[in-house]
Amino acid sequence: MHARTDSGNTDSGNAGDGSTSDGNTGGGTSGGQDGESPGSCKRVLEPAEIRRVLTRIAHEILERTHGADDIVLLGIPTRGVPLAQRLAERAAEFEGRPVPWGSLDVTMYRDDLRLRPARALGRTELPADGIDGKTIVIVDDVLYSGRTVRAALDALTDLGRPRSVQLAVLVDRGHRELPIRADYVGKNLPTSQRETVRVHLAETDGEDAVLLGEWKGALA
Amino acid sequence: MNRHLISAADLSRDDALLILDTAEELARMSDRPIKKLPTLRGRTVVNLFFEDSTRTRISFEAAAKRLSADVINFSAKGSSVAKGESLKDTALTLEAMGADAVVIRHDASGAPHRLAGWIRGHVVNAGDGMHEHPTQALLDAFTIRRRLGRGTGGLDGVRVTIVGDVLHSRVARSNIALLNILGAEVTLVAPPTLLPIAVDGWSCEVSYDLDAVLPKSDVIMMLRVQKERMTAAYFPSVREYSRRYGLDAGRMAMLPEHAIVMHPGPMNRGVEIAAEVADSPRSTIVEQVANGVSVRMAVLYLLLGGAELTGEPR
Repeated sequence: MHARTDSGNTDSGNAGDGSTSDGNTGGGTSGGQDGESPGSCKRVLEPAEIRRVLTRIAHEILERTHGADDIVLLGIPTRGVPLAQRLAERAAEFEGRPVPWGSLDVTMYRDDLRLRPARALGRTELPADGIDGKTIVIVDDVLYSGRTVRAALDALTDLGRPRSVQLAVLVDRGHRELPIRADYVGKNLPTSQRETVRVHLAETDGEDAVLLGEWKGALA
Repeated sequence: MNRHLISAADLSRDDALLILDTAEELARMSDRPIKKLPTLRGRTVVNLFFEDSTRTRISFEAAAKRLSADVINFSAKGSSVAKGESLKDTALTLEAMGADAVVIRHDASGAPHRLAGWIRGHVVNAGDGMHEHPTQALLDAFTIRRRLGRGTGGLDGVRVTIVGDVLHSRVARSNIALLNILGAEVTLVAPPTLLPIAVDGWSCEVSYDLDAVLPKSDVIMMLRVQKERMTAAYFPSVREYSRRYGLDAGRMAMLPEHAIVMHPGPMNRGVEIAAEVADSPRSTIVEQVANGVSVRMAVLYLLLGGAELTGEPR
């Protein structure tokens, strides 16, 4: 629980997954952040499970793309990026050759920019080969409304013309608001919209965990 | 961030660093095939220029267009201002047209401040009289940070020497304010006649001897001799000014190895800066122009991109 406040700060200051993982996009809960307080927090995935899940996704990606020919893994900041890196490293290990990965910031393409004060941008970093003609796997921590992924698709269009685009997420918590689904899912997590799903990663939060918390919001 | 950008002195260190970091990410976009972001789609930015300007107006226009905003250029020449319309009436006209932001350059110090009181949109000062030119200071700080490899931090301990017509220079005023906010040490070098009387109250050193300061400078910023604002004889002759305060190849050789030479433009080649200095690899003059677009994109994005703040500024 102590790490929760830390990551809360990172999220509000940062672009990507804040809204998807803390659940502010969906309910239209502008101004709800202040009233947010953790009720009970349940650990849904432990470090060992996250490790196994990522290994499985890496295998699935290799299977589906026939040995990772011309694939690029692009993580959405903040927590999609270390996930993309881990998946790429694992896939490279299994195939015995490097698998390119990078990051894709979607802040400037979001449809909820006007709901909150302007936020700092994340980094977009593509492999030297670019993305033209490649199979792109977008990687994010939590799939929720689908709006982040929609923004990512727009951002990709401005960067080049991939051959195809796939989506890998660590957690799918449902409640989609757009016709979007993931190709690779670490864990399907049925949630209510009042709950929060938080992903902690060693690279950004000091530990690996997926936490499910009750959101006791100020909404009447 | 405040609602308007009128003075560099209004920025907190965090604000300034947020603008520079945002500009850093946006600058990476200039290598892309599609140099456009959809962020300000449907927003209108008015460039309201009462004074001649090429680079600043074009820079703001490019910045707004790369963010997909609609841009309306309004220059005083050939407009109803030439027929005697007041700034306030012009402002109300723009307001009625639904300007979300007004970028204003005016020959009167304080005009942007007045404008901010009349319109609902955001006001960005693109240079007002002898007061301030905050986006120039931001792009200069951005250029220094990049060239000196300061990463994403401030400019703590960087020694910046500003040379020339400080008296008439809004660029100098904004730079001194912002450089102080970012932790740099500023030295002004100018003939006594071209220093404002109030310079004693500014947090910077003053020197009249350029040659003594050069070896202790990481950055040397040459200001344009602003003949159009000079109403009296501030120095005996251009040749004498150039000999004492101009930067030529000989003086450039006295700078430390890593030092850079800056100029906000437009330059008077042969007066404050020799052509061979302006064209040397140490000069950042062309870079400053490119960086200007990124910094102005960052400012427009941070002012216009998010929610409208109602109530007190953050």
